[in-house]
Formats: sequence, structure tokens, C-alpha cells
Amino acid sequence: MDNNKTTTKIQELTYELKIDDVMCKNIETVSSKMPISQLRDVLYKKRISGVPVVNDDKLVGIVSIEDFIKCMEQEEMDALVEDKMTKNIKTLYADEPLVHAVKKFEKYGFGRFPVLSRKDKKLVGIITKSDIIKGILKKLESVYHDEEERRYRASHIFNDIVADEVFLKFQYFVEGKNFDKAGEASTGLKKTLYRLGLSPDIIRRAAISTYEAEINIVAYTDGGEIIAYIDPHQIKIIIIDKGPGIPDVEKALQPGFSTAPGWVRELGFGAGMGLPNIKKFTDKMTLRSTVEKGTHLEIIIKLSDYRNED
Amino acid sequence: MNLKDIVKMLDLKVVSGDIDREVSAGYSSDLLSDVIANAQKDNIWITLQIHVNIVAVANLQELAGIILVNGRQPEQITLKKAEQENIPILLTELPTFEIVGKLYEMGIHGNSIN
Ligand SMILES: Nc1ncnc2c1ncn2[C@@H]1O[C@H](COP(=O)(O)OP(=O)(O)O)[C@@H](O)[C@H]1O
Ligand SMILES: [Mg+2]
Repeated sequence: MDNNKTTTKIQELTYELKIDDVMCKNIETVSSKMPISQLRDVLYKKRISGVPVVNDDKLVGIVSIEDFIKCMEQEEMDALVEDKMTKNIKTLYADEPLVHAVKKFEKYGFGRFPVLSRKDKKLVGIITKSDIIKGILKKLESVYHDEEERRYRASHIFNDIVADEVFLKFQYFVEGKNFDKAGEASTGLKKTLYRLGLSPDIIRRAAISTYEAEINIVAYTDGGEIIAYIDPHQIKIIIIDKGPGIPDVEKALQPGFSTAPGWVRELGFGAGMGLPNIKKFTDKMTLRSTVEKGTHLEIIIKLSDYRNED
Repeated sequence: MNLKDIVKMLDLKVVSGDIDREVSAGYSSDLLSDVIANAQKDNIWITLQIHVNIVAVANLQELAGIILVNGRQPEQITLKKAEQENIPILLTELPTFEIVGKLYEMGIHGNSIN
């Protein structure tokens, strides 16, 4: 973003964001009958420089560290908060746009404004200049992030390519026995599918089934690979390893069946739900395995409507 | 309910991720495949597993966050991944039964109720 664009974006955000979005809601208050001497603890403990004075939920004033210091100098520590607080205070409503707060800060030069709910005029928060800055930065960050994502999207890819048949191929290698890296292939595939603009449900089903298959490669073999083919109609994912193979495929597909060793179970795997989960989340699943040769799993997820709305 | 409020009310220690997000319901299990089969998007997940794969599961399921019970500390690599993927990990000294009970009282239920 260039400078000008940033400035207008910030201006835009001050209209878009509400005071409620950025104000501090977790507020400290004191009662008007509290002696000034006790103010020190409140301000000091919470590291704040001023605190709203509230009686029966109603805002009656604001008392600041300056008021406290003045009382100290004049040895009036027994005075009550109500005698020393500022009474005619400017407030804002929670549903006002941020720009109102910005204007009020400029106009009055105060450090903070109490925020009231318009409905019942109760104190609901307090806003400082730093709350405004933090709120805008946070929003800018998420706006920027969304823009990045959008730039990455390639949803139009199938439309733009001219050919009789198109498919994309993504390949991932999976290390055996390394649970620290387990999940990287499926997480990577998930990001890729997201950038292709596939629908969230499809992405979730593809990523979850790939994850379970990836975990099996990690748990039971010395490594393997995952290849995903995507065309306008379906995602086909092939998961291959040259591991020990499965002696009884029927049995392995039954929920609860597991040969996972103790160390795998300790990590929370080995519930015997991996292959059943894959079956549940895909449209078609084919498992072929030869003992001492390896295992070949093919899953298909159909893309009836393959694109997100842009 | 916002995760921020849950953190505050249950006095959870936040060790990773942005906690400003909505929680739809809760799920508790220490079996990852069970979580994959039965948890849903935006769930808060309660577990005693601390290794890095909890981040992958939370990421795949788009969970709102993970509460680690019994004072268990996540492994270093778990924390690093969680920070990278922006998955909130929250710590409590309480055991699962207690923390789930408190969540329930606060109005966080299972997926079947909502
Ligand atoms: N790639 C593989 N190579 C060898 N055996 C496998 C493979 N995948 C699955 N299995 C066998 O099938 C069983 C069931 O797998 P699964 O349903 O994922 O449950 P779990 O992994 O929890 O045991 C495993 O315990 C294992 O014996
Ligand atoms: Mg498995």
C-alpha cells in the first residue's frame, strides 16, 4: 500500500470501526465516597492515570493522578473523591464511529473519554488514544491479510486455461516415524486448495482424509508420498508407501482395529479410526495393499460445485 | 461466546495465538482421530495431549483453541507451530472433568445441543 492509499484507508476505518470495537471494556471504577488516600492503590496497581467515578452504575465524574498529586501537595489526603474529581465530563457512546472519538480528542485534549451505552447511559468502557491506534492497526493487519489471500487465490485458473482437459498435480513427500513433521503434507495441501478457491467443506474433507493417511505412513512405514490431482470435477488423492503392507485389508477398515504400537498410542493415535474417518469424509476410497510391498490408497472427493463465490 | 471471555473467566494462561475469536461449542478427547471425526469448526478442544500434532488437528478442523489440562505444558515445537498457525493454546491446572464442567456452566455445550 502506498502512503496515500494508507491514509485514506485509515480514514475509512475511523468511520467503519465503532468505539465499541476498540475501547477497553475491562474497566476499573471507584465510588465518589472513597477517600483520596485510597486512590493511589487503584491507580498504581492497574497502572492507569485516571479512573471513572461511578455511583449506582451512573457515571458521576473522573478522577486522575493529577488530582491525587494535588491533594498530596496540599495535604488533603482525607478528602473524598467527589470533592476532587472532575464533574462535567465529556463522554462518548459505544455505538459512535471511531471518528467521533478522534475529533473529541483533538478538540478537548483529554487523555481519555468514558464510554456510555446509548440505551441506559451506563458506563461500558473507556477509550484512550492508544486504544484507537491499536484498534486501527489490528484492523489494518487483517485487511492486509485478506488482500494478500485474495491475491493468492487462483480460483479462475480452470476458466482461464484453454485445453480439452486440465488437471493440476501436487506432490508431497512424507517421512516415516517422524511425528514432529506429521501433518505437514496435509496442511500444505489444505493451503493449496484454499488458494485454488475450493469450498471450505471440500477443503476440510480433503485435508482431514489426507491427514489420516499421512499419519498412517508416519506410524507404520519408513516414508511415502502423497499426490493430489485436481480437475474441474474432482480431487483425487493417491497415498503410496513401500512399507510392510496390510495383511487383512477388510479388517483394517473396521472401526477400532489397530496395530499401533505403544509409543504411537501415547501420542493419541491408534484409535483404529483413521481409515474409517477417511471413508466417512470422501466420496470414494480404494485401499490396496501387499504384505512386504506396500500400501496404495486412493481417495476421491467430488467437486459438484468447485468454486467459491468471489 | 468469545474465547477472550472464556480465558478471563476460567483464568486460563494463553501461550499462543490470537484469542479474539468466537467459540461455537466444546469437544474433549485425547484421541486425535476421535477429534477429527467428531469435533467441529470453532470448537474449543480440551485435551492432555501436548505434542505438535494437536496443532495440525486444530488447524485441519479450524478449532477455536486448545485447552491443555492438569497443568501440562506444551512441547517447544508445539508452541512454535501454534504461533505460526495462529492456534490459541491455553493452559489450566484443572483436570478435564472440572474444566468441562465450568465451560458447561458458562454455556459452552457439546455440538449435539447447539
Ligand atoms: N500405510 C499402512 N501401512 C501398513 N499398515 C497400515 C497402513 N495404514 C493402516 N495400516 C494398518 O491398518 C490399521 C488401521 O489403520 P487406521 O484405521 O488408520 O487406525 P490406526 O492408525 O489408529 O491404527 C493400522 O493399525 C495398521 O495396522
Ligand atoms: Mg491411522
